[in-house]
Order: sequence, then C-alpha cells, then structure tokens
Amino acid sequence: MADERIPFATHAESTVLGADEIVLNMGPQHPSTHGVLRVKLRLDGEKVIGSECVIGYLHRGVEKIAEHRSYQQFAPYVDRMDYVAAVSNGLGYCEAVEKLLGAEAPPRARVIRVILTELQRIASHLFWLGTHALDIGALTPLFYCLREREEILKIFEKYCGARLTTHAFRIGGLQYEAYDELEKDVERFCKPFDKRVDEYESLLTENRIWVGRTKGIGILTAAEAIDYGASGPVIRASGVKWDIRKAMPYAAYDQYKFEIPTGKNGDTYDRYIVRLEEMRQSRLICLQAIENIPAGPIMGKVGKVLKPPPGEVYHAIEAPKGELGYYIVSDGTTQPYRVRIRPPSLINLEAFDKMIRGHLVADVVAIIGTLDIVLGEVDR
Amino acid sequence: MHAVIQYLISIWVPLVCALVIVGVLPLVTGYIVLMERKVMADMQARLGPMRVGPHGLLQPIADAVKLLIKEDIIPDEADKAIFWIAPLISVTAGMLAMSALAIGPWFQIADLNVGLLFIVGISALGIFGIVLGGWSSNSHYSLLGALRSAAQLVSYETAAGMAVVGALLLAGTLSTREIVTAQGDYGTWFIFAAPVGFFIYVVASIAETNRAPFDLPEAESELVAGYMTEYSGFRWALYFLAEYTNMVVVASIATTLFLGGWLRPFAGTPAFNFLDYFPSALMIFVGAYCLYRAPKQPVKVQQLFMMVLGLAFFGVALILAAPLIGRVNDMLPGLKPGLHGAFWFLLKVGSYIYLFMWLRFTFPRYRFDQLMRLGWQFLIPLSIVNVMGIGLALVLHRQWGWSHWTAFPLTTALTLLVAGWLGWAGEKKDKEHVFVGES
Amino acid sequence: MANDPEEKQPSASSPSEPSAPKPSASAGEPVSKPAAPPAAAAKPPAPKAPAGAPPPRPPAAPAPPKEGPVALDNDLVKRYKEKFGPAILEAWVDRKQAILVVARELLAEIAVYSRDDEKFDWLSDLTALDWPKREKRFDIVLNMYSFEKNERLRLKAQASADERVPSVQGIWATANWMEREVYDMFGVVFEGHPDLKRILLPDEWQGYPLRKDYDILTQDTAWVRENLGIESGQ
Repeated sequence: MADERIPFATHAESTVLGADEIVLNMGPQHPSTHGVLRVKLRLDGEKVIGSECVIGYLHRGVEKIAEHRSYQQFAPYVDRMDYVAAVSNGLGYCEAVEKLLGAEAPPRARVIRVILTELQRIASHLFWLGTHALDIGALTPLFYCLREREEILKIFEKYCGARLTTHAFRIGGLQYEAYDELEKDVERFCKPFDKRVDEYESLLTENRIWVGRTKGIGILTAAEAIDYGASGPVIRASGVKWDIRKAMPYAAYDQYKFEIPTGKNGDTYDRYIVRLEEMRQSRLICLQAIENIPAGPIMGKVGKVLKPPPGEVYHAIEAPKGELGYYIVSDGTTQPYRVRIRPPSLINLEAFDKMIRGHLVADVVAIIGTLDIVLGEVDR
Repeated sequence: MHAVIQYLISIWVPLVCALVIVGVLPLVTGYIVLMERKVMADMQARLGPMRVGPHGLLQPIADAVKLLIKEDIIPDEADKAIFWIAPLISVTAGMLAMSALAIGPWFQIADLNVGLLFIVGISALGIFGIVLGGWSSNSHYSLLGALRSAAQLVSYETAAGMAVVGALLLAGTLSTREIVTAQGDYGTWFIFAAPVGFFIYVVASIAETNRAPFDLPEAESELVAGYMTEYSGFRWALYFLAEYTNMVVVASIATTLFLGGWLRPFAGTPAFNFLDYFPSALMIFVGAYCLYRAPKQPVKVQQLFMMVLGLAFFGVALILAAPLIGRVNDMLPGLKPGLHGAFWFLLKVGSYIYLFMWLRFTFPRYRFDQLMRLGWQFLIPLSIVNVMGIGLALVLHRQWGWSHWTAFPLTTALTLLVAGWLGWAGEKKDKEHVFVGES
Repeated sequence: MANDPEEKQPSASSPSEPSAPKPSASAGEPVSKPAAPPAAAAKPPAPKAPAGAPPPRPPAAPAPPKEGPVALDNDLVKRYKEKFGPAILEAWVDRKQAILVVARELLAEIAVYSRDDEKFDWLSDLTALDWPKREKRFDIVLNMYSFEKNERLRLKAQASADERVPSVQGIWATANWMEREVYDMFGVVFEGHPDLKRILLPDEWQGYPLRKDYDILTQDTAWVRENLGIESGQ
C-alpha cells in the first residue's frame, strides 16, 4: 500500500515480455497536457506501469506575492491562477477576506456574484468539455463549446470590461453595478442552453468510441477519492454527494434550488456525465437568480484600508474544479501574514498516478483531461 | 506510319500520364487539405482559411512555400541516412501505386494484368517509410507511432485484402480496367452486390491510411505527431503528401472495385442519359457561384481572381459538353468516355475522401487495444465470411441459375447476420473483460 | 481587536517584525476556560445530518461584533483531551472555526484518531506558517473536513527549523504532495514521507521561499545563472 504511493518505484517490476521498459516524457510541451504539466511515464509497451507528475513550470510564487501586497492589491492575482475560471477564484478570495474582516457583502452583490460565478462554472466546464473531447480525438465539440463560452465571456466583458481575468468582485461587494441588460443577456444565454448541452451529448454520450474510451478508465472509488482529497466533480463522480454550495452555502446559494449530480463508478465517463449535468444545474441557478435580484447597495461597509484583526480563516468555495480554499492569516496589518491557496487542480492531480496505472498511453490524456486541471492553478 | 504512332503512343502516353501524376498530385493534395479544412470549418461553425486568396483558395500554395523554405531539422541522435530517406519511401510507394490506376479509360499509365495486386502490394510498402522514419528519429513518440502504424497496417491490410478478394471474385480479373468493364457488364456496381465488403473496405482503408478515428500512429493528443514528431519542413511535407496520396489511392481502389470506376451512374440505362449533362451543369454551377461571389471580395485582385476562376469553370464545362455534340462525338468517339469517365471517377474519389473527412470530424479516436479488437475480432472474421458469402452467391447464380436479385440479397443477409452475431459476441466479451487499471 | 489579549494565538499579536513572540506551547493558557464566548457556542460539534442538510455554520450569518481567536472548550475538544491529554496543547475558535494546537510528536496519532473516530476523513489542506521570532517557528496546519458532520477542524503542530514533523502521508494520500510543497517552501522535513523532494521549485534550488526571512526579491542566483543563462530573473 505504502509502496504503490511511491510514484516512481525504483524496484524492477517484471514486464510481460521481459523487454526493457521505456520512460516517456510527456510534456511540458505536449498538445494535451493542458499547459506545462510534465508526466514521466514508465511504459511496458504501451501500458503504463508507473508515472510521476513533474509540476512547477508555471510557478509564480503567488503565495509569496500575497504577503507583500495589501488585501485589495492581491485580489487580481488570484484571477491568474485558474484563468479558465477567474470569477470563481475572485469570489473565493473576496469572501475569505470578508470573513476575516467580519464584514459581508450586501444581498444584491451576493446574488450578482452567484450569477457570474455560475456562468463562469458553465464556461469552465464548456472549455473542459471541448478540450477533453479533443484529447480523445473528437475535434468538433470544442468549437461548439467555444461558441457558447463566447457568449458568457461577452457578458463578463459587458459587466466589467474583461473577458478572462475579470477581477469582477471586490472585497466587500462589487465595484460595478450590474449593467442594464444583464438579466436579459443571462436569460438569452440560459434559455436555449440546455438544448446546446443536448447537442454535445448527441455527439458524445452514446457514441460507441467515446463510451469505449471513457468507461472504466481512471476509476477512483469513493474511498480512494476521499483518501486522495479529490473534490468537485471528481469526487462526485465517485459517488460522494458533496457540494460546498449545499454543504456550507456561501454567497447566496442557500436561496436556490439545484441538484448535486453524482456518478457511480468514478470513471472518466461518470465525470463527463457529472460535469454536463452540472452545467444544466448552473443554468437553473442562473435562471432562478435573475428572477429576483434584490435592490440595494452593492458594496458593504469595509474601509478603504483593510486591517483585519489578527487571526486566521479558512474559507472554501465550490470552484468549477473542486474545493478552492483560501487560508488567510492576518497579523493585524494591511498585508496578509500568509495566504495559502488550496488549489483543487493540484490536489485532484495527485490521484493521477493511482488512476493511470495499468492503462494505456492513450488513456493518459483521457485522464489528464478528465481531472480538469489548469496548470496556472496547479503551480500557482 | 501507323506503327510509329502506335509506338509513340505506347511510350509517350504513359510518360505524360506519369508526369501529370507526379506534377499535379502535390497540388491536388494541397487542395484536398484545403477542402478538408473548409469542410471541417463548416462542420464546426467557423470559416476556415480565408486570408490567402479569396476564400483561402491560395492557402495550399502559401503552405507549400512555407514548408519548402522552413528549416529542415535533423535531430542529433537520429540515424541520418534513414531519417533522410524514410519519407521518400512513403511518397514513392504512394505515387507508384497510382501507376496502375485507371482514371477513366484514357488516363492510365499501365494496364497491368495483376493491377490490383500491384496497387495493394506497393501501397503497403509505404509503411516502411513510416516505421523507418519513426525508428530513425530516435524519439519515443516517433517509435510508438511507428510501431502502432505497423501493427495497425498488418491488422487492417488483412481485412482490406479480404474485402478486395470479394470484389475480385465478382469481377474475375485483377486488371483495374477490366474490373470496371465487368461492372458495366453486370449492370450494377459491386457495392450493391457486396455491400458488406464495401463497408469492410471503408473501415479498413481508413485504418490503413491512418485517418481518424484510427489515426493512432499520429494521434496528436497522445503522441504529439507520432512518427512525424521529429520531422520538419519539407520532409514533413513529404509524409503529408504520402498520407494524402494514400488516401487518393485507397479511394481510387474503392471507386474501381465497388463504385463502378469511371462509369456514369446507370451507365447502361438510356433513360438516365440526361446524367451526361451533369458534369457540365456542375461546372457551370460552380463557375456561376464564383462569379456571384466575385463582387463581394474585398480587394480588386481577389475579385479578378474569382472572375477568372469562374470563367475557367465555364471553360471546363464547355470542354465537358463538347462530346455531347453529335458531330464531335462522331469525330472523336473516345472523347466522351475519356473526359466524362475521368470526371465521374474523380467525383467518386472526391466523395469517398469527403466521407473520410466527415468521419474524422465526427468520431473520437479509438484506443489501440480497441482498434486491434475491432480489426481482429470483427473485421477479419467478417471479411472472410463475406468472401464465402460472395462465393456462395456466385455458385448459386452461375451453377444453379439463381437470379442476381435473389442470390446476392440472400448472401448479404447471411453475412449481416454473422456481422450482428460478431458484434454481439464482441460486446459480451468486452463486458466480461472490463479494462480496469491495476494498482 | 480580539476579545482578550491573552486569548490570542501565540505570537499572532505581533506582526513579523516587532516585539518578541511568546513562547509557544509554553503559553499554558487556561484552555479549559469555561467562559466560551458566543462565537464558540455557534460551533457545536454535535453530529449533524449528512451533507446536504442545512449547514451548522453558515458563513453568511451576521458577523460577530468582534473577531479574533478565542479559546474553545466543547465536547469535541473534551474528547480529544480525554484521548490525548497533554498532547492537545490549546484549543481555539477563530471566525467560528475550530483550531486545535497539538504536540508535534503525536500529530500522526491525532490525525488517525481524527480520521477514524471523529470522522474528519477528508484532508482538505496541509500547509505551514512561519513565525520566525518564535522558538518553534513553524506551524504545520491541517485543515480537515468531515462529510458526516459537515464540519471543518484545523490541527496545528509547532516545529522548530530542525525538528522533524511526523508525516501524515500514510493517513491521507493527499498529504503526499502537500507535504512536499511545505518542504519545498518552508524546509520542514516530514518524518516517514517516502519521496520528500521539492515539488514546485527545481530540485537543486537553494533556500525556502515562503520563510519570512526569504525576501521577495531573493532568488537562487547561482541556479538562475547556471540553468537559465541569465544574470537575474528580475
């Protein structure tokens, strides 16, 4: 048991033909390692008998930077971690600091936060779906997904002027009032969106090749998922019905009805199904949220200079990739004493070695894809 | 005098044909790539290349120039001589296979009596280029790609070969020319006599040419570019050329064997003679579309280009229409089958390649073990059953005097039954053998 | 600021620069202080319905008037104390989040107990803090979550620079990389980790960037020069 956790066990394993095993370096420049992940694979023929992830190529020392910036100054940095879901990162950070301050955002701000974050979840899942399908060889879904994602990015652009690294939220609420047609835009996007998801499903869900490539691949049982600290869709596909939005609601999630989709087998196919269903649920949340956006201020009472009382807080949100946690320690000054970011991508990636052993090279990309990692977040 | 002309024809016609193939094929390949990109773009809700020339029509030329002037990198650790020569083997094999193909009754380099055997054999040699290139690159990705390619070719060549055998049983000859003639004599294309064989050939030929969903040797997302990973510039372009040449070759084989070669649809039925106007009509349509789009081009040069293009299509339409004029036909009786035959042949080849593209943009990629299972457990048994089925039909037809219309549907139904059973059994076995990662 | 000065976390009162930090574990504060402030009451560890039920600690609840760590004494802490006695050095609640400061030597045992008996079966995060003025400068922080109770608990163990911390890698597989990251960034060595090497930085890198005495402009100049061929990464 302990042995199998050593990623690159050095003792010789007997190979089937007694042939030499080869070590294949996948990445950091590789079309489907989703950035600069490098995986060292030990192969017996095409079978993977061991792997080691080498990360850090995108390490920018975000946590160190945080200790030298004021609380507000650091907020844009978090967008650069999971740059596919920048809004979610910002939400987690702003709420963590608000918690540290003992402040809270006004109801209107919280609802708008929910709308944008859920749109971001859809966008992130769309991007995941497209690239995951591309990894497995289906070229076309990517462009359909990008087409829909574009609509979401346009909403972001209209709201705050940025598309990717939005810095949409501020500590204590929002800087910008929702623009006039926000509700209409969101509705226009959400109303037909479930048909669009059906469209992706018609390309993939029952496709024999797709099923063959994803079913039974990279199985993570519930116990293993817990052991490996997996979160988000990865742990839900393993059958653990746990979503921080439900378990410990933040922002305004307690006001909305939605389901937590779960899988049974914890394989790549289940993770695909779970993420698709999550998109549908996010759409429902958005539709509920635009029904009733409370009036009122958008900025809570926080000072211009943030000096949280000494102490510490751990605040986690359900980012598209999983539990995104901020552990912030304050020493009473304007700069955080320590900001630890718990990146879901990194922790989910840890299970990679467990999932890949015994599979073939082709499954490596399927499993990297299904974990939905963003290297900006893995390396920070 | 007559003897001299005959002699010149026997020497010069093949030479000219060979020059045309060698000279034009790279260009054609370039335009197949452009067509592929355009088709892909259309299926993916985007435009595709639009920058070089109107609607990106000059893109292939720009690409070719780019590839020619790119740096040709040979890795330090590579086996230089083999690395150098490997792409040439692939291209040569592909081009050589073209030599026995009959693109219309006029256009053929050599009518070999072992024609099809020659084509199948030579085109299979292209795998040497891939394996040697992958091996000599001294890179793991290349090696894996090369090995995959070799295994894949061996597996699917068998199925493809058996599918070809089915059609050959019907034709009773190996000469490409006579195969087409035989289909004319039968009054039906062999695809209708042996639909299962055609299906097997389609699948196997996709796998043989390493096209998606069987593009494992160059699976971009897994092996970067497979056996071509270390290649760059012109040598890379040669591999590309070889791949598309092979596509043309397998499409031509399929056209010759199953789709009636250069024969017009319903060639023997006078009621369908109006189809003779189809080639000209199609060209006029394309030309008219070019003229219609011409004023919408942003630049004067492009407008001019589109006009010239449209007029060129009209010209082609005229040439194609010429044999329909009674007097011309009387003067040059060979003109109509020559021109129209080439047109129909190329149209069929184009449709076949379009099918390849369609499949490529629709399906995800098979995994290696799945590919092997499909090949060995489904296609090869099925292709053998298919041959037996066709044999049975021929016995019923020739010995026992059954009509075509009963013998072939009957054996096809039997073969389909076997196919269903094979699929069901394979599925069941798959369920028992769930591929689970061991830890 | 916080409720009472003496209830604050060791050395949390001081920013990194001024004033000598308190000796940590020796604080010997009245951990079982009965007067738990209202904030603590809001965090009963009584088992709750499984995930999905209304949460025990809605973060959106009205904030208490004062923030800061206060001592915690409830059933959970009592159970831990019963089991491990003096190894549970302190117990805090800060922003309604429970924190146990435990003895470094028993960290692994306490982790096993937390996972198996208290059902904090999911290690959400493992990290470290650096308090350079303190005698035991590092805090190893484990954030655990219980699916059953829908609660989080934070364990802290203190270690000086040359002390080894027992690895919890065998208890939660996820701790493997997190401990490597702590080693990478702080230089804390984990006893019993099978593969303790740098994870984000290059293997040959000198220095531990998240230590407070490692300036933000500092870098391993020799490494940069040798491997990147440039004078400085700035």
